[in-house]
Amino acid sequence: MSTETAAPIVNAAKASARDALKENLRQYGLVLALLAIMVFFWFTTSGVLFFPVNLTNIVLQNSYIVVMALGMLLVIVAGHIDLSVGSVAGFVGAVAAVLMVDYGINAFLAAIICIAVGGIIGGAQGYFIAYMKIPSFIVTLAGMLIFKGLLLWLLGGRSVGPFPTEFQLLSAGFIPDVIGPWTLVAPKLNDAGNAIPNSGLVLHSTTLVIGVLIVLAMLYFALSSRRSRESHGYEAEPFALFVAKNLVIAAIVMFLMYKFASYKGLPNVLIVMGILVAMFVFITKRMTFGRRIFAMGGNVKAAALSGIKTERLTFLIFVIMGMLAALAGLIYAARLNQATPKAGAGMELDVIAAVFVGGASAMGGVGEVAGAVIGAFIMGVMNNGMGIMGINIDWQQVIKGLVLLGAVAFDLYNKKKAIGS
Amino acid sequence: MTETILEMRDITKVFPGVKALSNVNLDVRKGEIHAIVGENGAGKSTLMKVLSGVYPFGSYTGDIYFDGKECRFGGIHDSERLGIVIIHQELALVPLLSITENIFLGNEQAHFGIIDWNKARRRASELLRQVGLREDPDTLITNIGTGKQQLVEIAKALSKDVRLLILDEPTASLSEKDSHALLDLLLEFKRQGMTSILISHKLNEVKKVADRVTVIRDGQTIETMDKEDVTEDRIITSMVGRSMENRYPARTPKIGETIFEVKNWVVHHPLHPERQVIKGIDLNVRKGEVVGIAGLMGAGRTEFAMSVFGRTYGTGISGEVFLHGKPADTSTVGKAVESGLAYATEDRKVYGLNLIDHIKHNVTIANLPAVSRTGVIDDMGELKVANDYRKRTNIRSSSVYQITGNLSGGNQQKVVLSKWLFANPDVLILDEPTRGIDVGAKYEIYTIINKLAEEGKGILVISSEMPELLGICDRIYVLNEGRIVGEMAGHEASQEKIMRAIVRGEERAAS
Repeated sequence: MSTETAAPIVNAAKASARDALKENLRQYGLVLALLAIMVFFWFTTSGVLFFPVNLTNIVLQNSYIVVMALGMLLVIVAGHIDLSVGSVAGFVGAVAAVLMVDYGINAFLAAIICIAVGGIIGGAQGYFIAYMKIPSFIVTLAGMLIFKGLLLWLLGGRSVGPFPTEFQLLSAGFIPDVIGPWTLVAPKLNDAGNAIPNSGLVLHSTTLVIGVLIVLAMLYFALSSRRSRESHGYEAEPFALFVAKNLVIAAIVMFLMYKFASYKGLPNVLIVMGILVAMFVFITKRMTFGRRIFAMGGNVKAAALSGIKTERLTFLIFVIMGMLAALAGLIYAARLNQATPKAGAGMELDVIAAVFVGGASAMGGVGEVAGAVIGAFIMGVMNNGMGIMGINIDWQQVIKGLVLLGAVAFDLYNKKKAIGS
Repeated sequence: MTETILEMRDITKVFPGVKALSNVNLDVRKGEIHAIVGENGAGKSTLMKVLSGVYPFGSYTGDIYFDGKECRFGGIHDSERLGIVIIHQELALVPLLSITENIFLGNEQAHFGIIDWNKARRRASELLRQVGLREDPDTLITNIGTGKQQLVEIAKALSKDVRLLILDEPTASLSEKDSHALLDLLLEFKRQGMTSILISHKLNEVKKVADRVTVIRDGQTIETMDKEDVTEDRIITSMVGRSMENRYPARTPKIGETIFEVKNWVVHHPLHPERQVIKGIDLNVRKGEVVGIAGLMGAGRTEFAMSVFGRTYGTGISGEVFLHGKPADTSTVGKAVESGLAYATEDRKVYGLNLIDHIKHNVTIANLPAVSRTGVIDDMGELKVANDYRKRTNIRSSSVYQITGNLSGGNQQKVVLSKWLFANPDVLILDEPTRGIDVGAKYEIYTIINKLAEEGKGILVISSEMPELLGICDRIYVLNEGRIVGEMAGHEASQEKIMRAIVRGEERAAS
């Protein structure tokens, strides 16, 4: 049984190049899928999908899903599920509306209160799941009903709005162009002397500068991590692959930034989302907290016997999920500029689908933040593209369902093959 | 009277890397109680799985004759059709179904899929009367004790028109009284003409009921003896008489002061809090010493270790733990690890490893703070640690990024050891460290154990393989039914002495 010997060194280099490519393909398979879907809709919508205004819309439409998908990823990796996030988001949006509109509380203070409320809700559910050992499916199913009910009660059938302007900026605002617009092609003027929309090309230069900074930062981190590996004597991926990979990523980032810049610049909510995504990537990849979640999801008994406080960990995960659901609720309310009794309905399904399309395992222990984010955008782009194409909502549902099933089936097939070899 | 009902000829069964059975012969006469004895892992259960069709025809070599006809079982259903019924060590009852439902599970009293509950209940009552169990057939399994559950299993077997009843360690988890009742029942069945095979390592039981005894050792039949010839001595010699080759690396022990001590340790069963599982254990381990705990399955060895290590087993735990002479708090796993204790679990797949993650993450998980600062993991530091331990414990893998689920058993065990070595304990409890791994990997594990002892750590090894304990331990405790029934220096110990201590402990408990 233990006849595996160290591979001859000559073959090792070749094998590692191939392995690296294979590993990267698996890892970037999702990105490729997203790109393929985008290209598909680019054709079928005759380019509308890539209009700057539409790309901005896709971000705005999906921001709250992405925010919740971050928390849901932790929940699912830990081996749990949270069905209540849609209701919680709706409820917290209503709380925000009541605080700001009915009681005139300052928007910033109200937002903090709302996120705290989300944390408490998550903590309450987490307590039953972690310490009382009630399955998360049941606890959060109950939570889903409870907070849907509380949402209806709180609003009493009315829609509350509009919100103060500074709160609307969360979803409707764009970062200010501190550098000033950069006019490439002067817009044509109409008879009244006003600019005709879409006739010229004026770029939001701050956005472009931020894009360049992001690309430079990414390249810097990629290079320094590569150098650190090499200086410790560990083989890094082949240089050509490294360069190609980073160039492609840089090109995609700059392309998107250019598109945003030619509309109104980066939406505020994209900045919030970007910071959160970076935080969660860091938590899952580099922090002991994240590592322990994966260990727990992979084998809860082994994790407990390795000294991990599994109950506290589970509790904290649900607190985080609650806070993110609250933030998502705020973003959604700010986007609609009112709290409605229907807010958040069915949102949990989009969030869970995003995480599973993103490659997380329903058994726990497997999943990636980047995957969940891309999963959310795959679903989001499909919504958007099919909407533009004029496909009926009934068939949209069917297609989304098939994509979810297909993505997970494909992933499982790949994993089985990997283990078999 | 000497008509043969079952004959197994030259049965050989090979698992990848292990020859579990080699040319085993067994013949069972009609109407007798035939006992099969042997050490843990000798191949008794494997033989019975071949007989009952769990390992189908073609996966072994050799012939099986039942009633003079050659049999080629494709599965359990084939053997059950002929009336061969096996009752496994772990009971196969559904806890939340009633006695009746369990008895007829898979064999429902039904017409066109519609269950005739009156008929089922009536037959269940009859069967319960036959096995001497006075319970309402509607009682749920979970509400009756293990002894009664065993009887339900037998009733279930009887419902299938059984001709050969096989009981695999039926009394392992029974109280003395229940065991007696069960054995009497076996004798009663014999009077009615039923044939049974009893697998056991409790020699007093074997002596009480068996007509003939077959001894299996290392996957081979050693001998079959008649009732008149059966003596404890002869069985023990047959069971353990194997040659000791150079299977254990040499070591000159340098033993220091006591670093680990447990006093008056008592543990109760988690589900039946009135039952004591560990009945007051005192033991100690010294610096640089390898101490073994011998005992049969169900003696309470793992339960003892897990209850000490963060109270991960049992309720109503009392007793004291000392590390370096000072009382130590081991009430949670975290505290136990902090005070310098580590426990490598018995079942590495269920309790030891995250099988879907790679070696690096598994090695550092029990001591993440050592490779991180304020909760942020130092990637390079972690990689270095994982590579060091991979080299140190000689884990054979393409890199530390190999998924542990794809490693061989021996290499998985080395990952578990690495994990605990990285936690840098003073005392390491190793539960069945070499179960299910091949001889070469075993040698490597022993070498690691020796190295640790040389570094001045205290090692407590739990093992069901007596030769292993004799080969590597400086001192051996013998545990039986939750009590220490013997303690001997490694060089004075022998398998006979250990067996004798167990048997005596049992007799003392019985009287």
